Amino acid sequence: MSPVKKNADQTSNAASPASLARRKFINSVAAAAGGGCLLALGAGLYARQASALPAQAVRPPGALTEHDFLAACVRCGLCVRDCPYGTLKLSDLGDPVATGTPYFTARDVPCEMCEDIPCVKACPTGALDRQLTDITQSRMGLAALVDQENCLNFLGLRCDVCYRVCPVIDKAITLELRHNPRSDRHALLLPTVHSDACTGCGKCEKSCVLPEAAIKVFPRKLAQGALPAHYRKGWEEKARQGESLIGEQVRLPVRGFEGTTAGRSATETVVAPVTPAPAVPDAPVPAPGKAGSLNSRWKP
Amino acid sequence: MSAPSSQSSNRSWLVRQRWLLLRRMSQLAILALFLAGPWFGVWVLKGNLSASLILDTVPLADPLLALQTMVAGHWPHSTALTGAAIMLAFYLLVGGRVFCSWVCPVNMVTDAAAWLRRRLGIKTGHAPDSNTRLWLLGGVLLATAVSGVLVWEWVNPVSLLHRSLIFGLWGASLLIAGIFFYDLLIASRGWCGHLCPVGAFYGLLGRTALVRVSAAKRSACDDCMDCFVVCPEPQVIRPALKQVGQTHPLILSGDCTNCGRCIDVCDRQVFKMTHRFDQRSA
Repeated sequence: MSPVKKNADQTSNAASPASLARRKFINSVAAAAGGGCLLALGAGLYARQASALPAQAVRPPGALTEHDFLAACVRCGLCVRDCPYGTLKLSDLGDPVATGTPYFTARDVPCEMCEDIPCVKACPTGALDRQLTDITQSRMGLAALVDQENCLNFLGLRCDVCYRVCPVIDKAITLELRHNPRSDRHALLLPTVHSDACTGCGKCEKSCVLPEAAIKVFPRKLAQGALPAHYRKGWEEKARQGESLIGEQVRLPVRGFEGTTAGRSATETVVAPVTPAPAVPDAPVPAPGKAGSLNSRWKP
Repeated sequence: MSAPSSQSSNRSWLVRQRWLLLRRMSQLAILALFLAGPWFGVWVLKGNLSASLILDTVPLADPLLALQTMVAGHWPHSTALTGAAIMLAFYLLVGGRVFCSWVCPVNMVTDAAAWLRRRLGIKTGHAPDSNTRLWLLGGVLLATAVSGVLVWEWVNPVSLLHRSLIFGLWGASLLIAGIFFYDLLIASRGWCGHLCPVGAFYGLLGRTALVRVSAAKRSACDDCMDCFVVCPEPQVIRPALKQVGQTHPLILSGDCTNCGRCIDVCDRQVFKMTHRFDQRSA
């Protein structure tokens, strides 16, 4: 009988020491490899599940996109240490933010937008991008006035606090003048966020006087939609070209609104067009680009 | 086996605990230097073991973390690369796993578990193959490459514990308690000696280290087994002490953490700390 046959036939205690050692070795290697792969897989799955940034966690200025940030940030906390306002904190195990990474909660402590951006300078890996040298160019998130039912300005009051505290006042947040249909004689001054200037610092959310903020900062991806790449805005093209790209359009009459052009909303007041009456007698004429906005010329 | 047979020793307690005390002092001093900043405003070391700054000037960084960021597809800024190079050079010189026994805060947890396991005479459980850590290291790097993010840093107990201590977080407490009880009840020296991929990485670094332990007076060995009992990586002793596969008395395995505990416990004073070119047997 050959040794191989013998091993296969008999129980392990009769196997030769060499084959026993070999079997033990193969078993242990298999267990190690299996255990190693399983643990790595588990860590990977946990990381995938935990890598979605919660809506109310804001990354420091200059942070790379979330996926790139999670590749670059070594979770050393040097940005946290160099933040002079105690804004930044490190996520703990079990928090919804990736373990050990820096973030801030705008409603607790917003970013004070230091001009020298010490957190970015402190980052040893470049997870906070050193190409960011002008803090007004940072895009930590985007503020959105999410609750128009409870915002005091939407109710017709002159709260304006979010507008007043905005470090990029009159660019990131403007007050847009609207007719107040409820009283029919007052104005609404609606805080309006502009994505081209908002840094996401969160001072508006922090200062909102309501028990639950009506204006909140979100990751840009959450707060912002996107037009399809091929869309063109006719009025912009017209302004650029000096004429409509598709030629002059036929003006069709609308029943009941003779004398006006087609396409206007039936609810829009066309009989007596609103001429923006200045709120203050010597208020400046609104800039032509942002008709209806009020520029207080107040600077922080 | 109970605690090392120290009752019959004619060496003083201080001599018998010398390396252990030095090691604890090193571990606690590093923690204290990190904590002096947030506690007392004295910023000697800022950051944590992942990356730090000495006196706001010299950068340090964990070479394994730098490697992980590169594998994940991010080329670190020169600050982190400089820091990683400094640490790499240091550990290549003194032995990679010096990190494990002289720096890593988890070592105090697992040493406590190993001590209690010896004291209580617990023999239960089964330790996984000590190559598991190498597979885990490979798995970590593979998972990092595939996912493109630092997956291991979500759960890495080494950086988690240190960060928790420095930044006052508590979320990792259960994980660390888990490691303690795993080492105590299930696997002797299970975490540091068999599973930890960070230790595996530093073990690979330690293969060429200059600083080494030598069983120089191995002729005086009386087979009391104290060193084997106390050593966190007992497999590294045999080749040097019993001349298995080598003739010189140097412990050259990368797994040896240069903790010096064998020097402490040996009443025959077989072991000594020396360099890798010192092949003398006394």
